[in-house]
Amino acid sequence: MPSQPSVAVARFEEEFARLRRRQRLQLLAFSAIFVIISHAAADVSNFRLDRLIAGLPRIGEYIGKTIPEIRLDTLPGDIAYWYYGFFKWLGLLFDTLLIALMALIFGSLGGFLLCFPASRNLAGNFAIYFVFRRLAEIARTVPEIVYALIFVVAFGIGPFAGFLALTIHTIGAMGKLYAEANENIDERQLEGVRAAGGNWFEVIRFAVLPQVLPNFTTYTLWRLELNIRSAAIVGFVGAGGIGQELYHAISFNYYEDVSAIVLMVVATIMVIDLICEQLRHRLIGKESLQ
Amino acid sequence: MKASAIDPGRIAELRRSYPRAFAKTPLQRATLAAILIGVVAFVVFCLYRFDASPERIWNGLDRFGKIAAALFPPTPGDAFWDLVKAMLETIGMAFLGTLIATCIAFPLGFLGARNVVKLPLFRFPIRRSFDFLRGVDALVWALVYVRAVGLGPLAGVLAIATTDIGILSKLFAEAIENVDRKQVDGVQATGANAVQRVRFGIVPQVLPIMISNVLYMFESNTRSATILGIVGAGGIGFHLSDRIRAHRWDEVCFIIIMIIMVVALIDFISHMLRSCLIKAGTDRALLLETYHRQKRGAR
Repeated sequence: MPSQPSVAVARFEEEFARLRRRQRLQLLAFSAIFVIISHAAADVSNFRLDRLIAGLPRIGEYIGKTIPEIRLDTLPGDIAYWYYGFFKWLGLLFDTLLIALMALIFGSLGGFLLCFPASRNLAGNFAIYFVFRRLAEIARTVPEIVYALIFVVAFGIGPFAGFLALTIHTIGAMGKLYAEANENIDERQLEGVRAAGGNWFEVIRFAVLPQVLPNFTTYTLWRLELNIRSAAIVGFVGAGGIGQELYHAISFNYYEDVSAIVLMVVATIMVIDLICEQLRHRLIGKESLQ
Repeated sequence: MKASAIDPGRIAELRRSYPRAFAKTPLQRATLAAILIGVVAFVVFCLYRFDASPERIWNGLDRFGKIAAALFPPTPGDAFWDLVKAMLETIGMAFLGTLIATCIAFPLGFLGARNVVKLPLFRFPIRRSFDFLRGVDALVWALVYVRAVGLGPLAGVLAIATTDIGILSKLFAEAIENVDRKQVDGVQATGANAVQRVRFGIVPQVLPIMISNVLYMFESNTRSATILGIVGAGGIGFHLSDRIRAHRWDEVCFIIIMIIMVVALIDFISHMLRSCLIKAGTDRALLLETYHRQKRGAR
């Protein structure tokens, strides 16, 4: 009987070695594919290590130039000199916020209207579902700055073009997210309202909305953060807000303006993130209390 | 056909005893009305501030209609292969940017994790610098890098890498903070040092999550890489903004369709790789998913 454990051990060792061999082979194959793809990517995008190394000191130099000269004995004066355009930039940031909020209002309204025909379980008809779902996906795949470029041509330079661009993108993004929420609901409630004689609108109102509204609210709040980020950059192509000023500062090498504006934008985004998070937590807290 | 089995008197009685079940209170109505009026006032104020007069909207819609009509039929112009090359460049930029960011974010994620670096004084500035890198959009970084290293895809790769370092380091740090302590303790009990604890206690737990995050970032970077060319940082964006400025709308439409198709393709590949990953990963991933689903169901 003493041979039995050693047989088991030998069998285990054999199995282990087999698994190890397979794992090594897989690793080797994946590494080879990976190296080939990386090489192709570097080739096609003209990425060479010597250019990167030559570029790195220049990046350091650039960032160094954007840091203003601030001495402790002349601190208030230096800050005032650095932020000479504070109130102008604050106004532009206010515009950026308005663009983001307006796009959120109209975008979530549009997404709300779009999401019901774009949900597989509510559209009723596969063709309707397919068309509306693809519409939402196309609206959100095209980057907002591309819409901004087009709307600047159509509606002229200014925040109105940025608002329209962000709205289209938000409609697509919200339509898709809302529709996904709709598809995950409990079907029994739909049957209940239908059995009581409810038409399509009544089914939406009394069976779908009560289930999905909390999700919709969370998604919408989360979208606000993204919209502010986007609103800050649509100005690059002339669609209003702080982006226009930032583009100007970078293009004309006003180094210290660049750092001043970037810091203001980042601070604003962080504050909005915090507010949204608080609101979300409060909403979630309320729901779990009910 | 006994739809009115409940007599009206009973309904009226119920209405009296449970007013909240039948209608909103005046206070609730007033709050709703106030919110609605507030939103409408806000919209009107914004439209006024955005200088959106009815005339401007009308003229704009007119011009937009003309543009929309000019979009079709889409045509590549005489630069089909240039566009294909630019599209490949875009994907290459996204790939390299994600790769570089992953290599740098991997160690940074450990430095930012509470259970690896115990000193808050050391961890705090690291986490805040992630926030800063994340807070500045890739397009801003691209513009800065174009100034620093010149026009071309190198600036785009660096811009994507910079933003991603911030995002991935944060995600990695969060994944590391959520590991199961027991496995680390088990490795430590065998007499492992700090590096071995990380290698055999933490890395096997977080690697699937990290790879999944990286794939997700690759998807999102393909989207952002398509626009970096607008500021001269390489890729299809340059052609796109060039055609829009020259009002060659049929070519614009062709490029947009190309972008949509490539983004969908990359999404598909990444989804496939991710589901392979879940299958190949131990049942731990499945277990976690079931656990989360149950938690969601319970809520």
